[in-house]
Amino acid sequence: MRDEHAETLRVTVDGKPVDVAAGATIVAALAMRAGLAGTRQSVSGMPRAALCGMGICQECRVTVDGRAHVLACQTLCRDGQVIETGRPR
Amino acid sequence: MTQPMKADAVIVGAGIVGAACAAELAARGMQVTVLDAHGIGGGATAAGMGHIVAMNDSPAELALSAYSRGLWLELAPQLRTRDAFVRCGTLWVAEDEEEWQAARALCAGFAAQHVAAQLLDAHALHECEPALAERMAGGLLIEDDSIVYAPAVAQWLLQEGPDASRIELRLGARAVAVDAGSVTLADGARVKAAHVIVANGIGANALVPSLPMQPKKGHLLITDRYPGLIRHQLLELGYIKSAHHASGTSVAFNAQPRPTGQLLIGSSRQFETTDPAVEMPVLAQMLHRAARYLPALPTLNGIRAWTGFRAASPDGLPLIGPAGASAPGVWLATGHEGLGVTTSLATAKLLAAQITASAAPIPYEPYLPARFARGVCHA
Repeated sequence: MRDEHAETLRVTVDGKPVDVAAGATIVAALAMRAGLAGTRQSVSGMPRAALCGMGICQECRVTVDGRAHVLACQTLCRDGQVIETGRPR
Repeated sequence: MTQPMKADAVIVGAGIVGAACAAELAARGMQVTVLDAHGIGGGATAAGMGHIVAMNDSPAELALSAYSRGLWLELAPQLRTRDAFVRCGTLWVAEDEEEWQAARALCAGFAAQHVAAQLLDAHALHECEPALAERMAGGLLIEDDSIVYAPAVAQWLLQEGPDASRIELRLGARAVAVDAGSVTLADGARVKAAHVIVANGIGANALVPSLPMQPKKGHLLITDRYPGLIRHQLLELGYIKSAHHASGTSVAFNAQPRPTGQLLIGSSRQFETTDPAVEMPVLAQMLHRAARYLPALPTLNGIRAWTGFRAASPDGLPLIGPAGASAPGVWLATGHEGLGVTTSLATAKLLAAQITASAAPIPYEPYLPARFARGVCHA
């Protein structure tokens, strides 16, 4: 049986540390960090946010450990992960 | 049915070749009608990469592609953002010593015809395109090669070019027969003109008997946006070999940086099929080949794949000129295979020179359809 502390992971969202429970998706970490899970800017400059939560709408794409266009809703957090959104700051 | 005004020329096909011919004839004062069964640039024009490239498989191919590339560079300042013209250059990639020697030979061949080309050793190649696999032996950079979004340019040439007011465009007009003075449409209407030009790619086979063209199917895939990942149109030097397989399926690495940051990935070639379906085994083979050169490719998101059909002639050169005995009085501008976008503007110049019996900027004899006439020896 793992203790409660081992169940917590720390990721970085746009340079800020965020602690999440093991098993959380990246989109959950974004919501914890920013409230409204802003993910990216559209080509025409509009702010976008995660919508469908099931890997279809593509609105939750973020850069994870340098890899662009990762679906935040379909990817689990790992300890030390560096997550970058493209949302307006 | 009658027409309000008889055109000087009627062109079957509103792809990049038909559009270029229409614009050129209109520029010479002719009233031009352009017919297409579907929309503007919806056939091979939309399916292809829009790579404007000097190719040297034969002296005639280099003469046509280099001259036409010059015409594109002249036209470019008039084009719009959506036409997506970028002089990004072609980088031919040599994987091993044998291909490096091929790059040197290609460089010398270009230099002899005053086409600027620059050899890059392995280090310079890596500096130039860091995303390429490190084991590559070198490359050949052709800086004046370019890319364009050809369906948009076809629309510009037909509707917004300087002489577009002399071009009448009729879409949804499927030609079923041609003769020296008219085109018959599927609904029975006849469109009359002094000059009839067939410029509808592989579709020309259905209008003009005994044309020597075969459909050569190709697949392409486009990725999501990864700006800056690659900077030039990248091709493997093996392309020169694999592109000429006369039968069977072949693939070659060909990657283009779109102005959006997307990567357009090719290429495949298949004969003896007219099924437009994307074939997963062929797509997989093509992407596997591309990943050999671009190791990051498997980590990218592909968002769409499609196919198209090149109109391939037996000698790889287009058919520009009189159709001959099989369709007397009819002009051809087809058979451009994978170089239709590149050579469209030159095709229009050479066709117009023949139609108006005026001086041609380069010799047009190598592209005359008559070379395939029965009894004519073509080595």
